[in-house]
Amino acid sequence: MRTSSTSSRLLAATALVAALGLTLSACGGGNDDGGSGKTSAAPGSLKGQTITYWASNQGTSLDNDKQVLTPELNKFTQQTGIKVKLEVIGWADLLNRILAATTSGQGPDVLNIGNTWSASLQATGALLPWDAANFTAIGGKDRFAPAAIASAGAAGKDPAAVPLYSMAYGLYYNKKMFADAGIATPPKTWDELVADGKKLTTGGHYGLAVEGGNGSENIHHAFVLAKQRGSDWFDASGKATFDTPQNVAAVKQYVDFIAQDKIAAKGDAEYAQNQTITDFATGKAAMMMWQSAATSIKAHGMTPDQYGVVPVPTQTAGATGDAGITSMVAGINLAVFKNSSHQAAAVQLVKFLTSTPEQKILNGTYGSLPPVKEAQSDPAFQTPDLKVLAGVLGSSAAPLPQVPNESQFETLVGTAVKDLFADAAAGKSVTEDSVKAALTKAQQQMPAS
Amino acid sequence: MTATAPPRSAPEAGPPSGKKPAAGGRLRPRIPVRLRQLGLPYLLLFPALILELLIHLIPMVFGIIISFKGLTQFFIRDWGSAPWSGLDNYRLAVKFNQPVGEALLHSFWVTCGFTILSVGFCWLIGTAAAILMQDAFRGRALMRAVFLVPYALPVYTAVITWTFMFQQDTGLVNHVLHDQLHLTSDKPFWLIGPNSFWALVIVSVWKGWPFAFLCLMAGLQNIPRELYEAAAMDGAGVWQQIRKITMPSLRPVNQVLILVLFLWTFNDFNTPYVMFGQSAPHAADLISIHIYQSSFITWNFGSGSAMSVLLLLFLLLVTAVYLLLTSRKRGDADA
Amino acid sequence: MASPKSFLWTRRIVLTLLLLFVLVPVYVMLSSSLKKLQDVQGSFKWIPSGLTIRPYIDIWSTVPLAHYFMNSLIVSVSATLLSVAVAIFAAYGVSRYRFPGRRFFTITVLSTQMFPGILFLLPLFIIFVNIGNSTGIQLYGSRLGLIITYLTFSLPFSIWMLVGYFDSIPRDLDEAAKVDGCGPFGALFRVVVPAAIPGIIAVCVYAFMTAWGEVLFASIMTNDSTRTLAVGLRGYATQNDVYWNQVMAASLVVSVPVVAGFLLLQRYLVAGLTAGAVK
Repeated sequence: MRTSSTSSRLLAATALVAALGLTLSACGGGNDDGGSGKTSAAPGSLKGQTITYWASNQGTSLDNDKQVLTPELNKFTQQTGIKVKLEVIGWADLLNRILAATTSGQGPDVLNIGNTWSASLQATGALLPWDAANFTAIGGKDRFAPAAIASAGAAGKDPAAVPLYSMAYGLYYNKKMFADAGIATPPKTWDELVADGKKLTTGGHYGLAVEGGNGSENIHHAFVLAKQRGSDWFDASGKATFDTPQNVAAVKQYVDFIAQDKIAAKGDAEYAQNQTITDFATGKAAMMMWQSAATSIKAHGMTPDQYGVVPVPTQTAGATGDAGITSMVAGINLAVFKNSSHQAAAVQLVKFLTSTPEQKILNGTYGSLPPVKEAQSDPAFQTPDLKVLAGVLGSSAAPLPQVPNESQFETLVGTAVKDLFADAAAGKSVTEDSVKAALTKAQQQMPAS
Repeated sequence: MTATAPPRSAPEAGPPSGKKPAAGGRLRPRIPVRLRQLGLPYLLLFPALILELLIHLIPMVFGIIISFKGLTQFFIRDWGSAPWSGLDNYRLAVKFNQPVGEALLHSFWVTCGFTILSVGFCWLIGTAAAILMQDAFRGRALMRAVFLVPYALPVYTAVITWTFMFQQDTGLVNHVLHDQLHLTSDKPFWLIGPNSFWALVIVSVWKGWPFAFLCLMAGLQNIPRELYEAAAMDGAGVWQQIRKITMPSLRPVNQVLILVLFLWTFNDFNTPYVMFGQSAPHAADLISIHIYQSSFITWNFGSGSAMSVLLLLFLLLVTAVYLLLTSRKRGDADA
Repeated sequence: MASPKSFLWTRRIVLTLLLLFVLVPVYVMLSSSLKKLQDVQGSFKWIPSGLTIRPYIDIWSTVPLAHYFMNSLIVSVSATLLSVAVAIFAAYGVSRYRFPGRRFFTITVLSTQMFPGILFLLPLFIIFVNIGNSTGIQLYGSRLGLIITYLTFSLPFSIWMLVGYFDSIPRDLDEAAKVDGCGPFGALFRVVVPAAIPGIIAVCVYAFMTAWGEVLFASIMTNDSTRTLAVGLRGYATQNDVYWNQVMAASLVVSVPVVAGFLLLQRYLVAGLTAGAVK
């Protein structure tokens, strides 16, 4: 650790800079412990240690997240004596901040990651691997749902993170609009969905809303639609296989909701700010495929009795196995930074946040599902919609490819689908050939590894 | 941090030449006056030099080194350990018949088109406004103030407002074009598809032209009144005066203005990033965003750096050629 | 000067169109900031059907706007003052002395304008972290780091503009001051700087605007407590929704002081550019 004399000499050297107004940057609260380095507590005792926790944005605003998490973290401090410095980071910044932390080794002790990033981040070696010993410290691996664990790192390796919140896609439908159109039951197959969608698409209303301008959403749906055709986006060796006929058909089917079936509004092609939820909640669209949307729908003023949730359709009714996959395993994982000088305290926080009571409180507040099996039985998660989503997660959800190049996949294919939607919206025809060309181009841009 | 040294030593540095240093003064008499005078300009430049070294030059050298490395997410924890990859990153970037190179080349052309249009319109509007407002008329001061508003607005604010106006279904642009003027049979898209390029140009011009306006307005004030008076005596009308006097006199301003606008626009990251986020539509895939995507989103810094270096080389070349051409022309004109 | 009709009409038409082009977005900001969220999400209407000042209340709690504003202000003002101070010295050196390396210096500094930010973002970040590790001066995540970064962004253009301005100040003036017993620095501060005030103000405004709007470096180099407005305003686009009315309200609130200051100084700006940039 640096001595105070070196820094004071350096400080003296910067005297004039400081006099010119730089001192401003040192005052005003903020990063109190910035310059003075980490306080190392006496070994053996976790009490009095301060750890940093980077939480992702789950609530209605960053501030709302702070309000939700602060009382819980206070509880943790009371129980263990470990203080937690909380920082809620928006999704626009999170990956860059993790990158910065990884490069510099100066990061938080505990952090949230989108579970699709798990393998990418695992490859950096910056995250603490969750081996048997670490899992034992938080109560064992088998407390968690297997699907959630499968989306916490590459297969065959110790997970890079622990599941914190789980989510799954469901088909949300507007009960009144269905009744008005004379549709008795929500669709179970894609053919039914398109047929129903056509009935519902009248007078400025649409059967379905899709978030066509959002690359990640596009990926999630393309993944499921391909899976139902038994196709994957990467082969066993991790090589990209984007332009298989099944994948082409999957993407085409998704884009056709606007291009050919016309059951989604053309305008959906530019949606990237969750306008899908707005459209659904305001009755502009009768259906949407979304992950754990209850809280957001409610925020727009639609009550739970006005809509229903069923699993996303399959190609044929009652399909099983890969053909019956209706969702990716969505969710947020909790990781410990390997560089943390307070690893034991960090693991304590993970243990706390994944404890059954906390899982109930947090997932209950955010409208997500607890990946901890024990917590799922809580009455809070027995609402009709959450029961459906829990069922999906338990039996018909598959993790997105856990490969180090996942972010390239998401960027390249997500953008390709977005551009296809743009073509469709502009009235250009989207054919098998044009889809294949787009996917081939994306595949060839993948790094050779 | 020694950047602070020169200002602090300022009072000590200069004994008035020709006068004897005051006895017991703060001066160091052993350094001969001549040496001090020789060193003085360097002392003055020192802070600027150190800062440029720290923030621009050294990082750029690092960046160039990285461009020869396979710096992917596997190595970012300790970037020194990334393997040397020789010219691989460059080779990949310039294979224009393969998708990576092809995408880069596409993005390059998009950026060229965007820059030419944006700079062109900024200059044109700026010149028109500056010339039309050269003479006093009622409300000129107020109008000048209003024209500077886009330049004074923070980038994020300006761009996000335009994004809001460009929304297909609910935006103002389509409301006017489609609902009110009935110019289009259908509401066009502005933030996706081919139109996104034009949307980008419009936003960039809106933000950028006041700067051109400002510089040209300043340039106009340097033109001696007598020139106009003499021309008026010779019977030249306003339009002729503009063509014969105003435009030629503005040439030196234009030389610099266009170069600066070109460099800023070509490297502009803020506008497309706020407008489109991390992945721009194909038609508006500016090179800054393209490189950002190839390095920061996918964590492949080697290849991103190689692309940046190529971009830098291109800009250096263009600038050099531009300066050479315009300076020679100026020389001819003066001669 | 008697202007022909054609000129007057061109002037009227062109300036009216420009005025519309400039003002429509400003009007959109203003009117949207006074609408309810549902109204903003619906189709655009020129005349809002109902007005509310709610967004102006909510902006302060949705994101810590005041905090971001202070950060931006501290960073931009410090960067501006330092950048101008450094530029004054450098420009004085370039303008008043002939020395080996002068041309090299000007070319090097000016060429940094060409560097794509993306090329040196990561290396700069790594350098900052290493400086922090070895000296304890925290540049990454601190306002200090942003200040030095931003000050160099405006430095090349500032130096170059001031050189032009200083060149236009007759050399006899500072020679006379030197004869009167001022050193070179005395001459700089007593003669050249006062004479160059418009140019210096122009440079200040430019440096401030550069720092105020920067997004890329701020998104990597700041944290919760040092975040600036340029990236902080994105907080109104959350998980579920984009609060367009609040985005507009917050944008207006933070822009008003800046625009006002800018307009107050615009007189100097033109004067400053007249002598500086135009050379």
